Amino acid sequence: MTATFNLDGRPVPFRAGQSIGAALIAAGVLSWRSTRQGGRPRGIFCGIGACFDCLIMVDGRPNTRACIEPARDELDVRRQDGNGHAELTV
Amino acid sequence: MIRPSPADVVVIGAGVVGAACAWHLARMGLSVTVVDRGPVAGGTTGAGEGNLLVSDKAPGPELELALLSLKLWQGIAEELPDVEYDRKGALVVADSAPALRGLLQTAAKQRDAGVQAHPVAATALAEYEPHLASDLAGGVHYPDDAQVQPMLAAARLLAAARDLGAQLRCHVEVTGLLRSGERVTGVRTRAGDLRSGAVVNAAGTWAGEIASMAGIRLPIAPRRGFILVTEPLPRVVRHKVYAADYVAAVESDDADLQVSPVVEGTAAGPVLIGSSRERVGHDRTISVDVLRRLAAAAIRLFPVLAGVAAIRAYRGFRPYTPDHLPVIGPDPRSPGLLHACGHEGAGVGLAAGTGHLIAQSVFGEAPDLDLRPFRPERFA
Repeated sequence: MTATFNLDGRPVPFRAGQSIGAALIAAGVLSWRSTRQGGRPRGIFCGIGACFDCLIMVDGRPNTRACIEPARDELDVRRQDGNGHAELTV
Repeated sequence: MIRPSPADVVVIGAGVVGAACAWHLARMGLSVTVVDRGPVAGGTTGAGEGNLLVSDKAPGPELELALLSLKLWQGIAEELPDVEYDRKGALVVADSAPALRGLLQTAAKQRDAGVQAHPVAATALAEYEPHLASDLAGGVHYPDDAQVQPMLAAARLLAAARDLGAQLRCHVEVTGLLRSGERVTGVRTRAGDLRSGAVVNAAGTWAGEIASMAGIRLPIAPRRGFILVTEPLPRVVRHKVYAADYVAAVESDDADLQVSPVVEGTAAGPVLIGSSRERVGHDRTISVDVLRRLAAAAIRLFPVLAGVAAIRAYRGFRPYTPDHLPVIGPDPRSPGLLHACGHEGAGVGLAAGTGHLIAQSVFGEAPDLDLRPFRPERFA
């Protein structure tokens, strides 16, 4: 049986040791965040944890770097809009 | 090599104070050369928040300088592009009835000195800051407090000065002052000598070392502060928000660590969390203990920050003087040498007025403010 995490509720398979970002790219998902100012699409850029472009929500925590976050079974991963903290807007 | 032709004025320091001096002098038609051993805004200017504050100043010479500067900054913001000038206002809050009484007394005195300061009842605080802790005793709103992006402000002032003919020499270290008897007649640098009619010492936390090149003692010491930066957020903090005990921390002479929460949002999204003060020389070591205290103090004011990630921290050194007043004006012990330094944590705010007063001094005009409280020889 293949291990999977969920991206917006849909299962994404991954191999042991793979990062969330690598698993997403392997599944054909190239973009999972929109920028704060222009709403432009973002995914992996540097791939080594330095550029903070590949931010994603993991189990409710925004701004997680997909490229270095290990994939784990049953993680609730969600696309991130802007800063990922829209709930704090007043 | 530096051009050999003499300048009217050499300004040592390409921070915001030196930049403001250069801009004012160049506008008055003088030839100006700015030298700095590092880049533009490489010292205190680049490590702060860019505050233009009157709220944290008791009536006296520093408040008068701040009021003059605030007016001048408004003009600069209209004249120069994108310095991110934001008249965001400050909200000073008290967490106990005695603290609130002290805050309201200070505000009353500030109003008499021309500062807008409006008391805010505890029940009305949420209208100003919806995320603020609900158990505070009250506060005071200061609508005139503003902010600029300090590195942009320094860079734009220098660019405008260069448009008027000023020269900027970064990465050129001043190693001595040229002298003729007691008179200062220029600077010696690693790239050659530069003669000038006057030299302005705007060297920030190193201004004492420049003064010593003229045989003058200027007791300016670095006072370290950390700023904690959160991940980008929606505008959860609208004003500059700080606790009433901040003013006491600023005015303290204690060398040991003091932490007083100062919290504000930025145009880019991250929330900046200060403030700490300690005199430890130029030690750049990051202190996790200080960062932890900053975070706790900020969460006390804005509980919502407990669920937000801090992504980085930085530190800088305020040029501290023993009486907490800057040093501005000609030094009678060494004709030709003027000082524009020692602004501690208020250098961005006070830069505009300082540059103006320095330009008036160079021209021998009567300054708009009495310079005696700022005189360099007062420490002797």
